[in-house]
Amino acid sequence: MTDASVTDVAHNGAQTNEAGFGDYFALLKPRVMSLVVFTALVGLVVAPVGIHPFIGFVAILCIAVGAGASGALNMWWDADIDSVMKRTSRRPIPAGKVEPSEALGIGLALSGFSVILLFLATNLLAAALLAFTIFFYAVIYSMWLKRATPQNIVIGGAAGAFPPMIGWAVATGGVSIESALMFALIFMWTPPHFWALALFVRSDYGDAGVPMLTETHGRPITRNHILVYTLFLVPVALGLGFTSIGGPVYLAAAFVLNLRFFYGAWLVWLRDDAAAEADNYATEKWLFRISLSYLFLHFGLLLVEAALHSLGWSIW
Amino acid sequence: MAIKVEHELHSRRKGRNLGVGLVLVGLVGIVFGLTVVKVLNLENIAQFERFDHVARPQLEPSASEGTQ
Repeated sequence: MTDASVTDVAHNGAQTNEAGFGDYFALLKPRVMSLVVFTALVGLVVAPVGIHPFIGFVAILCIAVGAGASGALNMWWDADIDSVMKRTSRRPIPAGKVEPSEALGIGLALSGFSVILLFLATNLLAAALLAFTIFFYAVIYSMWLKRATPQNIVIGGAAGAFPPMIGWAVATGGVSIESALMFALIFMWTPPHFWALALFVRSDYGDAGVPMLTETHGRPITRNHILVYTLFLVPVALGLGFTSIGGPVYLAAAFVLNLRFFYGAWLVWLRDDAAAEADNYATEKWLFRISLSYLFLHFGLLLVEAALHSLGWSIW
Repeated sequence: MAIKVEHELHSRRKGRNLGVGLVLVGLVGIVFGLTVVKVLNLENIAQFERFDHVARPQLEPSASEGTQ
């Protein structure tokens, strides 16, 4: 680029829309990355095999960057949807700060970097799982199913459920019942969590042509789905307590958390929209709030059990 | 027209350039750190001691088997 062309761009006002480093970072969906980092870290820490802290740090970084890369690929593919919906209209591509081709390049480059570095730092299985997660989120979810089925959030949840399994694979080099149950916990938690939100937030997914259960099948059916997925979620959450990474502390606390979550889902199922509108969706909002702490506390409890196990206080 | 050393582009893109620079420095640090950790954690340092521009037949497994 010549100086003249740079000056021309600057003079026609485009410089105010020029991307800063933060805009490129925003492509990586930092808030999603924080959940990925936490759950992957738990998967790594609770594994029965210890690894060097620096290798653990690099592994978590690779998983976070890989998740961010899939976020960038998602923003590249969904730029048309993002520009229509209010919630996403300020993302870097619809805001005109980052070119779609830049997002594609960054997404592909970071995907390659994170997978290869994870392989070099740890093992093939962990790297393969990370590669599959990126592929699953970017291709299976974003490109294929998101616009095709109202069950999109269920399938998309699988991509968010892989990080603890990758963390476990980093340490052990394998997959086990423990890592499969950690995967299942996030997988089963995602639908009731998201649909509780969908019940009280007016969405513009319909305007963007994305089928959401609340709009394709109606809100009563969505309430049924919340209850059914919660029924699947409870045994998974409690079952984790009987594995080698669980224990009495996890089990006792998980029992209370699951009882509360099921009670919330049950109340939401009992209501209709007239009752919900009368109290401004108070129960739906409560279920959404407790769903946030539900997942955080379950993984936090696994960390507590890991600490107790390291002190020799393990019952099973 | 050449870009001057003090062109406004430099100050405008300072944050972005600084960010990319820090990422690259971080990447170098990670690769260096990984190398140090991997080498120090080898059970047998002979696994790391290989050809160094001079043939080292004593490092070959067949050589060590022959001496035993």
